[in-house]
Amino acid sequence: MNYTQQNTPIHEALMKLRKNRTVHFDVPGHKGERGIPELTAFLGVDCLKTDVNSMKPLDNLIHPVGVIKAAEELAAEAFRAKAAFLMVNGTTSAVQAMIMSTCKAGDKIIMPRNVHRSSINALVVCGAIPVYVNPGVNERLGIPLGMPMEELEAAIEANPDAKAVMVNNPTYYGICSNLPQIVKLAHQHNMKVLVDEAHGAHFYFGDGLPISAMDAGADMSAVSMHKTGGSLTQSSFLLCNNDIDPSYVRQIINLTQTTSGSYLLMASLDIARKYMYFNGKEVVRKILELSEYARGEINRLGGYYAFSTEIVDKNATFDFDRTKLSVNTIEIGLAGIEVYDLLRDEYDIQLEFGDIGNFLAVISAGDRLFEIERLISALSEIKRIYGKERVGMLSHEYIEPEVVFTPQKAFYHDKKSVLLEDSIGHIAGEFVMCYPPGIPILAPGERITKEIVEYIRYAKEKGSSITGPKDMNIEYINIIDF
Amino acid sequence: MELWFSEYHSQYAKFSIKVKEELFNKKSDYQHVVIMDTFEFGRVLVLDGYLMVTEKDEFIYHDMIVHVSMAVNPDAKRILVIGAGDGGSIRELCRYSTIEHIDMVEIDPMVVEACKQHLPRTACSFDDPRVHLYFEDGLKFVRRKQNEYDLILVDSTDPFGPGEGLFTREFYGNCYKALNDRGILVNQHESTFYDEYVDKMRHVQHMLKEIFPKVYVYQAHIPTYPSGHWLFGYASKYYDPIKDLQAARWNGLGIKTKYYNTELHLGCFALPNYVKELLSCNE
Repeated sequence: MNYTQQNTPIHEALMKLRKNRTVHFDVPGHKGERGIPELTAFLGVDCLKTDVNSMKPLDNLIHPVGVIKAAEELAAEAFRAKAAFLMVNGTTSAVQAMIMSTCKAGDKIIMPRNVHRSSINALVVCGAIPVYVNPGVNERLGIPLGMPMEELEAAIEANPDAKAVMVNNPTYYGICSNLPQIVKLAHQHNMKVLVDEAHGAHFYFGDGLPISAMDAGADMSAVSMHKTGGSLTQSSFLLCNNDIDPSYVRQIINLTQTTSGSYLLMASLDIARKYMYFNGKEVVRKILELSEYARGEINRLGGYYAFSTEIVDKNATFDFDRTKLSVNTIEIGLAGIEVYDLLRDEYDIQLEFGDIGNFLAVISAGDRLFEIERLISALSEIKRIYGKERVGMLSHEYIEPEVVFTPQKAFYHDKKSVLLEDSIGHIAGEFVMCYPPGIPILAPGERITKEIVEYIRYAKEKGSSITGPKDMNIEYINIIDF
Repeated sequence: MELWFSEYHSQYAKFSIKVKEELFNKKSDYQHVVIMDTFEFGRVLVLDGYLMVTEKDEFIYHDMIVHVSMAVNPDAKRILVIGAGDGGSIRELCRYSTIEHIDMVEIDPMVVEACKQHLPRTACSFDDPRVHLYFEDGLKFVRRKQNEYDLILVDSTDPFGPGEGLFTREFYGNCYKALNDRGILVNQHESTFYDEYVDKMRHVQHMLKEIFPKVYVYQAHIPTYPSGHWLFGYASKYYDPIKDLQAARWNGLGIKTKYYNTELHLGCFALPNYVKELLSCNE
C-alpha cells in the first residue's frame, strides 16, 4: 500500500482491528475492557481496546515489516531524515541508542559537561569514554549555554580519535548551538554528530525557529515527540541521517527495548506526526504569539527577566528557541524554585521547573490567552507580596575534569565513603551537581582535586543546591576503593 | 409544537422554561450566546447553555450586586465592573448621581451587542458618559491598576469557562491592589445547594480571607438560578457591611428598588447554618 502523510498506518490498523471483534487468546490479560472493571472505568474502553500486543496486522516493533515500518518511513519523511524509529522507552532510550550505535567500549565521545544524565548512563552501559567540553555559563542568568566552537575545536584537536560529538540542542532553557558549523567540523574529523533534541520536536515544523538537527546535517537525533510534539508521555523518535546504517541501529535499539511495545504510544506518535506535519506551522505560530506576549507582559511587571534572542552571541548561545518561556527571578529577590513553589501552592499554576535563578513555563498548542493571563497576574502578585531585595549569586567556575576511569568502570567498582577533605586525590564514585548552573562538578570516574573540594565548599556556603552524593549534607563523598 | 429550554441544575435535575421565540443565536470567540423570548420569564440571555439573565427576575440580582455595597459606602465614586455584559449592573450604578466614573470590562463584545439589540431592559446605560467600556480579560485589566477604585463588582459567569480566571487568587490579589484603602469587592458567589461548585466556593472564601481583612457572604433569592438560593461575596479593606451600613443616608437618596431595602440589607448577611458551615463564613 502507498501511504502518504495523510495516513496514520498504526492508528488505521488499530481502528480496523477494533471493528473486527477478534477473540483474544493473547496478552495483555485485561483483554480489552473486561479484565479489571475499575481500570476500564478509569481509562475508558477505547483506551483499553487500543492496548494490544503485536500481531500480524499490527506489525512488530522489534522487526517491522508492515504498518510500523510504514509509520517509521512517514516519520522519516516528516522529519527530513533518512530513517526514523518509533521509541517507546522514552527519549532516554533514543539517546542511549545514538551513543551505543556510534561508540564501542573504549571509544571516545565529545560531549558538553551539562549533558542529560541519560547520556552518562549510556556510557555506563557501553563503556565509552567521555571527553567533556565546557558549555560556558551566562553569568547574569546562571544557566549553562550551548557548545562554544573554540572549546569544541580544542577538544577535537586533543582527541582526534574520538568517534562522535554529542550536542544538547536546544537546552532545557532554549539555548541552541551552532549545529551546521559543529557538523562541518566534526565531519572533517570523521566524527559523527549526535543531537539530544529532546526539547526540539517543534523545530521540524514551524517557522522562525532555530535550525533542526536533520536540517543541519547531523547524523542522529533523539526527538521527544511527547514534549513539544503532542504525543503521549514516553514516546519519542530516533532519527538517522547520512551514512548511519539503520539496520545496525535497529539491532542496538533491540538490545534494551521492550518486546511488548505499547500501541497506545506508537499510535500517538503516528497521529502526532500527521498533526504536526499538517498543522505544525500554525501550532508554532500560535505558541510564539503566546510566548512573545507573555515575555513582553512579564518584563513589563519589572524585576522579572523573561529572556529571548537578545542573549544570542552567535557562539555558545548561537540561537534561542522563542517558544520557551524562561524567566529569571533574581531581581525580585526570590529563587526561581521559590516562584515555582508559590505558583504551585498558592495559585494552582504548575510550571515545568525552577532552579535558583530561573523558572521555565512550557507553552504548547494546548494553551490559551486565559492561562497566560493567569500566569502573568500571579507573577505580578508574587512580586507585590513576596518580592525582596535581590540576593547574590555564586559565580561559577568551570573546572576541567580529569577522567581516570570510564563511567562504566567507576560504576561497577567497589566504593567507600570518606570525608570530603580526605577525598582529594581519589577518584569520585558518584556525581556531584551544583544548581545553578546545573553542570556536574564531578562525575563517576573523575579525579577529586583540592580545587574541586574548595569549589564544593564555596557553593555550599553560597546556598547553592548540591545534588548527587548519597550524603545530603555533602560532608562525605563516595570514592573508588582500591 | 412546544419549544422548551432546559438547563441542568445538577447532573440529575433540570429546569425548563417554555420558549416563545429565539432572537439571537451565535457562537463568539468565547462562548455560545443565545437570547430567547419566553412565556414566563420574558427575554432571557443564555451563555453556553446557562441562564444568565431573565427579564422577570434580573432585578433581584442587579439590586443585590450593586446596592448592598453602595449603601455601605455611598461616597463610592470610581467603580470597576467586571463581566456584566447584559448591562444590568451598570444600569443600577448609573442611578447614583454621585458616581463619577465607571469602568466596565467585558471579555465578549458579542454579549454586549446582542443585549443592546434584544435586552434593552438591562442594556440601557452603555451610553451614559460616565461608563467606559473595555473588551478584554478582566484579569489583565485589573492587573494594571493600583489604588484606583472605591468599588469593584465581579459580575461573572460560572467558575468553569471564560470566567474561570475571575475565581483565582491572582485575580482577587490584583483587585486588592486596584482598590483604594477603603475599597470594597463584591463578587458573584454561586450557590452551595448543589455540590458542583461547593469546593470551588469554599476555596474562594479561603482566598478572599487571606487577602482582605473583612470578608462576608450574603444571599438573595433568584428563582431562575440553580436552587433559587444565590450568594454574593463581600470583601473590604475597611468597611464592615453591617456596622457601617448608612441606612438613613442611602434611603435619603430616594433610589427606588424592587428587591433591596436597608432592612433586607441586615437580613441578607444572616445565612442558613448549612451555608455557614460549608463555607466557614460570617462567623
